[in-house]
Amino acid sequence: MEIMSQSTDHAANLATKGRVLVVDDDAALAEMLTIVLRQEGFDSRMCVRGDEALEVFRDYRPDVVLLDVMLPGKDGIDVCKEIRATSGVPIVMLTAKGDTVDVVVGLESGADDYVVKPFKPKELVARIRARVRRNDTAEPESLTIGDLAIDVPGHAVSRNGTPISLTPLEFDLLLCLARTPWQVFSRETLLEQVWGYRHAADTRLVNVHVQRLRSKVEHDPEHPEIVVTVRGVGYKAGVS
Amino acid sequence: MASLRPLRLPRLPRRDPARPSRRSQGISRVVPAGVRRAFTFWRRSIQARVATSTVLLSAVVIAGVGWLLTEQTRDGLLQNRAEVVVAEAISETNQATDRLAAAEGTEFDAVSQQAELARPIIRAGEARDFGVLLGGPVGSGTRLADGGAERTANLETASVPESLEARFDEVATTAWTFSEVVRSDPETGETTREPGIVVGSQVQLPADGNVYTLYYVFPLEEQQETLALVTRALATGAVVLLVLVAAITWLVTRQVVTPIRMARRVAERLAAGRLQERLRVRGEDDLARLAISFNQMAANLQKQIRQLEELSRVQQQFASDVSHELRTPLTTVRMAGDVLHDARADFDPVTARSAELLQTELDRFETLLEDLLEISRFDAGAAVLDLEDINLADVAHRVVHTTRTLAERRGVDVRVLLPEGPTARPCVAEVDARRVERVVRNLVTNAIDHAGPDGQVLVRLGCDGDAAAVAVRDFGVGLAPGESALVFNRFWRGDPARARTSGGTGLGLSISLEDTRLHGGWLQAWGRPGEGSQFRLTLPRHAGDTLRSSPLSLVPDDAARRPGPDRRGVGAR
Repeated sequence: MEIMSQSTDHAANLATKGRVLVVDDDAALAEMLTIVLRQEGFDSRMCVRGDEALEVFRDYRPDVVLLDVMLPGKDGIDVCKEIRATSGVPIVMLTAKGDTVDVVVGLESGADDYVVKPFKPKELVARIRARVRRNDTAEPESLTIGDLAIDVPGHAVSRNGTPISLTPLEFDLLLCLARTPWQVFSRETLLEQVWGYRHAADTRLVNVHVQRLRSKVEHDPEHPEIVVTVRGVGYKAGVS
Repeated sequence: MASLRPLRLPRLPRRDPARPSRRSQGISRVVPAGVRRAFTFWRRSIQARVATSTVLLSAVVIAGVGWLLTEQTRDGLLQNRAEVVVAEAISETNQATDRLAAAEGTEFDAVSQQAELARPIIRAGEARDFGVLLGGPVGSGTRLADGGAERTANLETASVPESLEARFDEVATTAWTFSEVVRSDPETGETTREPGIVVGSQVQLPADGNVYTLYYVFPLEEQQETLALVTRALATGAVVLLVLVAAITWLVTRQVVTPIRMARRVAERLAAGRLQERLRVRGEDDLARLAISFNQMAANLQKQIRQLEELSRVQQQFASDVSHELRTPLTTVRMAGDVLHDARADFDPVTARSAELLQTELDRFETLLEDLLEISRFDAGAAVLDLEDINLADVAHRVVHTTRTLAERRGVDVRVLLPEGPTARPCVAEVDARRVERVVRNLVTNAIDHAGPDGQVLVRLGCDGDAAAVAVRDFGVGLAPGESALVFNRFWRGDPARARTSGGTGLGLSISLEDTRLHGGWLQAWGRPGEGSQFRLTLPRHAGDTLRSSPLSLVPDDAARRPGPDRRGVGAR
């Protein structure tokens, strides 16, 4: 009992940057991920079965979840949906298939980002950092976009006092647009600022998440007024 | 039947049935549309040809038979008539001889006796419709044409042919011949001619003991009418028969042609990929057996194609599965390699170098795996375009930017040449940005690889109304004759002995070619030993358009001025 609490304390001390839950059926890869993440200053825990993932998630309460698509027991897509149903924690899918359908299905089930195997460890770490980065910024700031009020340090969005629940990624996306409402953001720029990509990546990420954000914040997602598409360029915040 | 001749299709030029042949196109300039349609129908329809040829042959046969029948009828009629008239003439002559003999006691001069001889016969002739002419005495040399002789009124002496007259220049037996009966109307002077029979018969006149010739002229009017009737009947019969033959042939050929046409339609559908199409088998005749064989052939083809498809699908699935299965362990290895690589400063030199090698080779392995996966996606037909309007100049600049490190390491100068001049326009095309950038990056990396130390690479852009092009030119070793077609082959290496400098996978240009094909574009290579090479990518500016020309020439201007041994730009379109 004492040993266990000691080790937890030890881990908590080390894990100053955040906790990462690795759900992957390949034990070697999971272990390797743990090693790399620990080197980078993250605490991590492995889970090799899909049907145990949710339990471990509740127990561990990670800052980021790395989720393989193909898992024994339960599909990664289903796990992703279940986690998303109860929590807005950033989820990064690990997929062996870079094909369109897989990626889109993963993103639509609630994942914030995806990494195609084989990935470079530094690339993965960059994505994880981008996802947990929000914890570091906390200056008091309040913005409005359309008829929405954004409380930046509180990570809260409300319309006429009614709170709207957004995942951290959706919040970041909205915040990015709201901070410079006069600017049109290209998909590449958004990928860099919100997702933390250094160079061009899959712009479908942006499309999927803009759709999802609109479904939550727009009065009529078919005719968006908050997140407006600028044809041929990208997106911008709607005028108030 | 024409359709059952041995097939000679393979030797015929392939012709699109929807398009008129060159021959009929030539004809189309001079003949109206209706005739052209009829001609096309004639060329295409076995039925029309068989029916026509049958009708033509039947017409020839019927005409022959008809002619023969008419001839025989005529001969029979004439023969019959001739016998009758000769008998009649002989009987008349005999009666006349008897009359003269009976009147022998009285004294007459020759002229009145001639009249006595001829007049009863002329009267008899008027009653029974035959004409009579009395010729001069035999041996006197007088001719009927000299006139003066006794004859039926209106009957011209020309009715008796001269050959017959000449025969009776001396004493002869009764003879007959066909002739023309010439009559003249005394009031109008018009002469009428009709066929007839002339019988000559001689009589000795007791008055002067001379032999006179009696010519009986029998018209053949009745026989002519009979013959005309028979001919009309035959002709009507022939026409009816021909129509019937045409109808019968049309129906009979239809019986044969209809199944053949059905077979053709089914074969066309099979060729179009509807492999489940079959012919309906009815009965047990030759056509039914043809249908059975045809269906067997189709079934075998379908089976083979299904097998091949299945095989291909399994193979593609296998390639895809292998690649995916490799990914997870490769990720682990990659991360382990990274950890070792990062820590190499603490290792002894040998281990440190090993870690470096591990790292670079892992990069290569990863690229190769990516390329293999990409190729397997193309092979499986799973690659799709994500189209948007992009400016190719941006792509070129971006590629030059991302390859700068490589170029600087090689000391190669890479330049982008945008179209200049008043007509220049931005090279915007509706393409898949990721794929096009990959193609251009591939071409530029290749060019940097082959440019040689301190070389130069030119990325030229061109654009017209329909197409946009990027040409990447290097001045390196170039391509040997014939190599420009091989460069797009998978895992092809220009010179097997040459060191693999860039660590390319050997699949780059194959993938580029597939990417280009997906856009409906062209990717072509030109090269000459020692003078470098040029790769040209041409894309339609609007997705789905067909390319006709490229705004940039495949052979670079500087090389085109000096014709060399290999000016051919072998295209891979």
